[in-house]
Amino acid sequence: MITVDLDHSSVRDLNERLHRLPPETNEKAWRIVNPKGAHALCAGLSLPIEVVIDGHPGYYCAGMNKEASIVVNGHCGVGLAENMMSGEVRVKGNASDAAGATGRGGFLVIEGDAGLRCGISMKGIDIVVGGSVGHMSAFMAQGGSLVVCGDAGSSLGDSIYEARLYVQGKVESLGADCVEKKMTPHHLAKLQRLLARAGIEADPRRFKRYGSARRLYNFHIDHADAY
Amino acid sequence: MTVDPRIQRYSAAFTPQVIHEIQRAADQGLYEIRGFGAKRHLPTFDDLVFLGASVSRYPLEGYREKCATDVVLGTRFAKKPIHLKIPITIAGMSFGALGANAKEAIGRAATAAGTSTTTGDGGMTEEERQSSKTLVYQVLPSRYGMNPDDLRRADAIEVVVGQGAKPGGGGMLLGQKITERVAKMRTLPVGIDQRSACRHPDWTGPDDLTIKIQEIREITDWEKPIYVKVGATRTRYDVALAVKAGADVVVVDGMQGGTAATQDVFIEHVGIPTLPAVRLAVESLQELDMHRKVQLIVSGGIRSGADVAKALALGADAVAIGSATMVALGCNKPVYIEDYHALGVEPGSCHHCHTGRCPVGVTTQDPELQKRLKPEQGARWLRNYLTVMTLEMQTVARACGKSHVHNLEPEDLVALTVEAAAMAKVPLAGTDWIPGT
Repeated sequence: MITVDLDHSSVRDLNERLHRLPPETNEKAWRIVNPKGAHALCAGLSLPIEVVIDGHPGYYCAGMNKEASIVVNGHCGVGLAENMMSGEVRVKGNASDAAGATGRGGFLVIEGDAGLRCGISMKGIDIVVGGSVGHMSAFMAQGGSLVVCGDAGSSLGDSIYEARLYVQGKVESLGADCVEKKMTPHHLAKLQRLLARAGIEADPRRFKRYGSARRLYNFHIDHADAY
Repeated sequence: MTVDPRIQRYSAAFTPQVIHEIQRAADQGLYEIRGFGAKRHLPTFDDLVFLGASVSRYPLEGYREKCATDVVLGTRFAKKPIHLKIPITIAGMSFGALGANAKEAIGRAATAAGTSTTTGDGGMTEEERQSSKTLVYQVLPSRYGMNPDDLRRADAIEVVVGQGAKPGGGGMLLGQKITERVAKMRTLPVGIDQRSACRHPDWTGPDDLTIKIQEIREITDWEKPIYVKVGATRTRYDVALAVKAGADVVVVDGMQGGTAATQDVFIEHVGIPTLPAVRLAVESLQELDMHRKVQLIVSGGIRSGADVAKALALGADAVAIGSATMVALGCNKPVYIEDYHALGVEPGSCHHCHTGRCPVGVTTQDPELQKRLKPEQGARWLRNYLTVMTLEMQTVARACGKSHVHNLEPEDLVALTVEAAAMAKVPLAGTDWIPGT
């Protein structure tokens, strides 16, 4: 395992070093210490390497991650794994706002809570949150799944498209065009797989499913009040 | 009974068009959505003229004495700034709003002319990357198609905060243009009325923007110039904040800037004209001692080499053209007249890009309509237009005694109206008076 101490190295040097790894690299295991709120840590990785970060990164940790597996032993700032393409990102603590924003693929696990707008505009990423999520989570969510083992703040799934939301706790309120939907055996099985992969023990039958009512896909004057 | 036309009194406020619009709104219950830019009369570059050579200044000979047009964008932080042969770039227009043939034609023409094109709200297409030698990749609130591979194969990256046609608004693409291919690129169901968010999902204010720009630089190893594009509103502050956030280039888009679809109320009633926006942006850069260090691209209603020269004289480093690009490709050309009539318009007044029924095959996904624009022919038209604009700009610059178009300066200009003089801060022609000073 290669250890990089950010007290003695810059984020820029570290990111460049990780970006320049050849596809056939043997340097597949990395440990980053002393992040101390540094921004854009491990952003833009594109190889199936494993990275462990000991501490608390700042904004955009693991931004646009592709293929890498990243574990954060701490809390994360805004935009964790934003626009992630593939791979896996796991946070042992909490994540700030916009975690998983616009994510197109991959698997994001937040073992603690997530802030506002978790999964905003998600486009295929699967997100599992062990705790609760804040206001406007899954806003304009287009695809993928958001699993919340705790509670969800107000306006969950506002203007949602085809993403699937599963919440075990209370939902403060649903956003425009987001409705509770029937949980079928297919959905239960999918949810079970997501929870298992996240390593979270929870009974899928205690969750409710939410998704788009699809009334706002095309404008109708009778639905103008929804805007 | 015949009606005496001499006694018909039409209201200046409730014109026939206003009356029609009120009754349409009452009938349909929806704001008007259309394409193109502002159609109202506005102070424009037409209200400025150049002071050509005289006894006190001498000109350069056309054709024989050099007047250079090159520009370098992104010198502040990027490892690989962009070198363009002409200071006329192609503004961002999405695949989805435009068809594939139009995007390919634009790429080919820009490459031949030595300038750049820009992606749009739909992401980067393969045709675009292949046909355009210098391609600017937009990062928009929607993030449709956003991926790190395209970020890395772009030549520059443009963070779009807003555009002149709809400052404060998000993108829009109506269901008739959301084909299978467009839907797949945007991760949306086919046929929906697509709305983009008006704010970025993972950053809000200028302090966040600073960190977002840093993230993009980290992902691309600091190679690419980062532009920040704003619709012209509070331009002085927006430019200052963009500079402080770390932009290499600022793009300011005046209210004449076009769109393929947005609410008419946005187009006509939000934003300020390009004329004052240029001056405000330049003053902001000068106050920060960043003029020419952070480059300024101006867009919104640029139509001719004269417009380009005036924008440069006021202090811009380059311009971007959008609507004019489409016009060069055939927009509003008097052909296929019956198809214009089917839209309820005559050629010259069409702004129906949002319908997807573009009679000349530019702003459509319909394969039959797209056949009306052949990429080779479209590229030829646009290349010719860019060449003419360049020649016009050089003609004016030489007449003012300038060996490089960037040597044009505000002192080469006077205004024909009080409004233009005040907005551009150049004297009213024949006087030393600049209103407000």
